[in-house]
Formats: sequence, structure tokens, C-alpha cells
Amino acid sequence: MVHRIVILGGGTGGTLTANRLRRLYAPAEARITVVDQDDRHVYQPALLFVPFGLADPDEIVRPRGRQLHAGIDYRRSAVDHVDLGGDAVHLADGTTLAYDVLVVATGAVLVPEETDGLDGPGWMDKVFTFYDLPGATALAGALQRFDGGRLVVNVVDMPIKCPVAPLEFCFLADWYFTERGIRDKVSLTYVTPLDGAFTKPVASRELAGLLADKGVELVTEFNTGTVDGATGRLISYDDREVAFDLAVVVPLHNGAPYVGRSEGLGDELNFVPTDERTLQSKANPKVFVIGDAANVPTSKAGSVTHFEGEVLVENVRRHLAGEPLDASFDGHTNCFIESGFHKALLIDFNYETEPLPGHFPTSLGLPLLKESRLNHLGKLMFEWLYWHALLPGRDIPGVPTAMPTAGKVLFPVLTHKEA
Amino acid sequence: MPTRTVAGVSVDVNDEGFFTNADQWTEAMAPELAAAEGIETLTEDHWRVIKFMRAEYQEKGTGPTVRILGKTSGVSIKELYQLFPKGPARIAARIAGIPKPRGCI
Repeated sequence: MVHRIVILGGGTGGTLTANRLRRLYAPAEARITVVDQDDRHVYQPALLFVPFGLADPDEIVRPRGRQLHAGIDYRRSAVDHVDLGGDAVHLADGTTLAYDVLVVATGAVLVPEETDGLDGPGWMDKVFTFYDLPGATALAGALQRFDGGRLVVNVVDMPIKCPVAPLEFCFLADWYFTERGIRDKVSLTYVTPLDGAFTKPVASRELAGLLADKGVELVTEFNTGTVDGATGRLISYDDREVAFDLAVVVPLHNGAPYVGRSEGLGDELNFVPTDERTLQSKANPKVFVIGDAANVPTSKAGSVTHFEGEVLVENVRRHLAGEPLDASFDGHTNCFIESGFHKALLIDFNYETEPLPGHFPTSLGLPLLKESRLNHLGKLMFEWLYWHALLPGRDIPGVPTAMPTAGKVLFPVLTHKEA
Repeated sequence: MPTRTVAGVSVDVNDEGFFTNADQWTEAMAPELAAAEGIETLTEDHWRVIKFMRAEYQEKGTGPTVRILGKTSGVSIKELYQLFPKGPARIAARIAGIPKPRGCI
């Protein structure tokens, strides 16, 4: 019998899953179909660099179909809904795809319209986001024209893709305005709904220290209710205000809209409830979930998606073979944090272990939770690895799926004391 | 593990004051927990949110974030901030005796 495997989404997770499955199964064993509504695969980590003129918008987009190995069907259509009872996907173009296994890999979408005023007056004029390509490109122009005033970076609420990116934006803004010689004319403020700079305590203290070193004011526990672009104010639900001349806002995120139209598949935010160890959906044993589309309690990040790939593909195989699933995904996350001036930090963590100092992957490796030039080079090299190792579904040498502990300092003494 | 005495009973909490064992909570503890958060009187609306928090925790293993509370509890986010001024998800979780919501990762 030929297994029918349908993968919704041709981004990071869908592409690497399809390529890994294609290597696992001969064409006579499985028919693999990837569905996406457009043919533009954006290298999302570079969106951070576009506003500062450090990445060219044209060079970070490639066709989706060309990232897929030979023998994978690529269907260009939006998804209308998934019929869990009927084991079929109904596409917006009217066709139906029946499946033995469905992989949901449609990521997260931005919903600026869910925040009062965010997409109203001032949107794309003095209120921007860098979380999509049009926003990042427009922001590049706005930053060039900005010659002083209050720049505010605001995360509306979690979950968001790449929770370190807004902090990196602050660090790079400090570098950018210093390079332009106008840093003293610019005030930088980071406004977050969290009770600290980051979600995990040790990293949060280190990153708060780094913000302070770079003269970025930190405003915590600010739940943005309204963005008033006309008067230049963020207003929280408890009526606090932060004034700005230029606001860089990370909008709320949801899962893909079709998830909400598919009875029983998603939660209130259209993310798919997923077993955090096996990556099987809780809705139906034939449905697996990879990347930002899943509600698992780890960061929405490409590195997580990469680490999930190995366990997910093994579990698709086991499910189709009638074997018990492998419950070994540990929530491993690995992020370079660009800190400006050609330096970066690296953090590495999982469900149980928060980001700690030390070295990665062993005591001779890259420094963890500490600025270094080597980490900056690592971040730049990652773009090549993304297209040539991660998307083809290869393991990256020296970077294991399960989080390594060999180089970590488990009881750290920190450079930055609690503020 | 830290403990704290509420309504004459010793309960397990984490270092931020969240219950670590939701089964140790009783309704009789809520007024004292609320007073510690600066809420003098628990109204019917407060109780609606507290009971919703506990039901969500029992079902999903974590309390809802304020965004999900606003979408599903029947109380708008604006009203939630009027009821629990310093952060509805966090404060209501403390009063409802459930662990810290893990929505923010």
C-alpha cells in the first residue's frame, strides 16, 4: 500500500519534514504532497537585519518548490479546512486530498487587527513591525529618515515567533544609531508584557543587564491595550502610557485561520494542541504537528522546528507501521542573540533546563549567554546552513537533537546581578 | 519548598507565591489570598474568573493567559483589568490556587 502523506505548509517545518520523509520512503512506498498558498519561502531570521540595511529583502526569499527534493508533489493552494473525521483536506481551489498521515506545518500568522488602533492611523508611517517582509522593508526607510526622538519596541503579548528578536532589535538599534553618530539624540525603550526582559530567569537577568549597559529603558508588565499612532502613545489595559515618535510593535500571533475552520483541530488561538514529547496532535492520531503551529511549551523558532524534525519523522514512520511512538522530544531550543557591534550571545535550553552560561555543545564550544564575536559569525553562518542543511532535512554536525549538558554551568554565578 | 499559611492551613507555594499543588486550595482561602493582592471584596465577577481559571487548569494543565481569558471567560480584557488591576492572569491564578500560567515561553 502506498502511504498518502499530506503536509500543510511549505515553510521551515513542512519543507524539512517532506525532505526527511522522501529519504525515508521510496516513491513506491509513500506519496508525499506539500501544500502552500504561495511560492515565497522567506528566511525569517533575516527579517531582523532588513530594517538596518544589513540584509537585502530580495535575497532572503526563494521559491518554496525548489527547496523540496525530487518526488515530492507541491500544490499551490490555500487550505479551506481539514475534515478530521473524513481524513481529508479540503483546499480552497475545490480539490480534496485524502491522507493516511497529515502534518500541520502552517506556522503562525500576525494579527495586528486584534490590538485596538495598531493597524489604524500611523500604521506603516510611524508604527511598524519587522515581523513580515513588507513591514521590515518599510521600517528600513523609516529608520533612515529617523534623526532623533523616542523609539519604542513593544511586544503586545506572547506567544510570538522568536521571543529574543525584539531584544535583538533594541541591541541593533543602539549599534545603528551609534554608527550614524546620533545615539545621544535617540531614546530607546523596550516595553514587554513579561515581568522581565525574557521568559526564563537566568537569561532574563543577563539580558536585562545588557539592555541597561546599552542604555535601553525596560518597561515590564505592560499589556498593550491600544496603540495610538495619531498621538504617538502606547496605552496599557491598566491605563499606563508610553509615548513614542517611532514604534516597532510585534503584533499578536495566531495559528493559521483554516485551523479555526477545521472542527476539533485547534485551540482558541488556532494553534494545534500537540503532545510535547511525540508531536502527535491531541485531536487525532493521524495528525502530527511541527513548528510554530503547535501549542507545545517552547519557543516558536526555527531551531526548535529543526530539532522536532527527527522525532516527528520517526513517529510518522512508527504510526504508519503500527508501532508505539517515540516520546523523546525534549523542547530543545538554540538561539543566537545578535547584540550589535559584531557580537552575539548564544542560548541553549529545553522544557526542563533554562538557558544557562557555559559553552555549547561541550566545554570547548561557543560561549553561552555571553557576548562574543564567534557567536556573531555563527549567526551569519546559520543562513547558509538553513538553505543547505536544515531545509534538506540533514542533521547539523555537532548539534544534537537532544539538548547537550556537557558544557553548561548548572549553578551559575552571573555577570549581571539582579537589577 | 516554601510554604505559606492561608486560612490557617499550610500550603506549598513557589518563590513567587503561586500554589504548586492546586489540590491544597479551598474556596475558603480565596478571600485571604485576594486581600493579599489588594482586593478587599470578591464579587460574583471575580468568582466567575477564579472558577474559570481552575476549570482551565484541571482540563489543560496550565492556567490561561489574559488573552485567552478575554476570548473565552465571558469577561472582556478591559473588565479583567478592572477586577484584577495588576495583571489578571497572574493575580487570578494566585487567588485561584493554581500554578503560574506557563503561557509565556
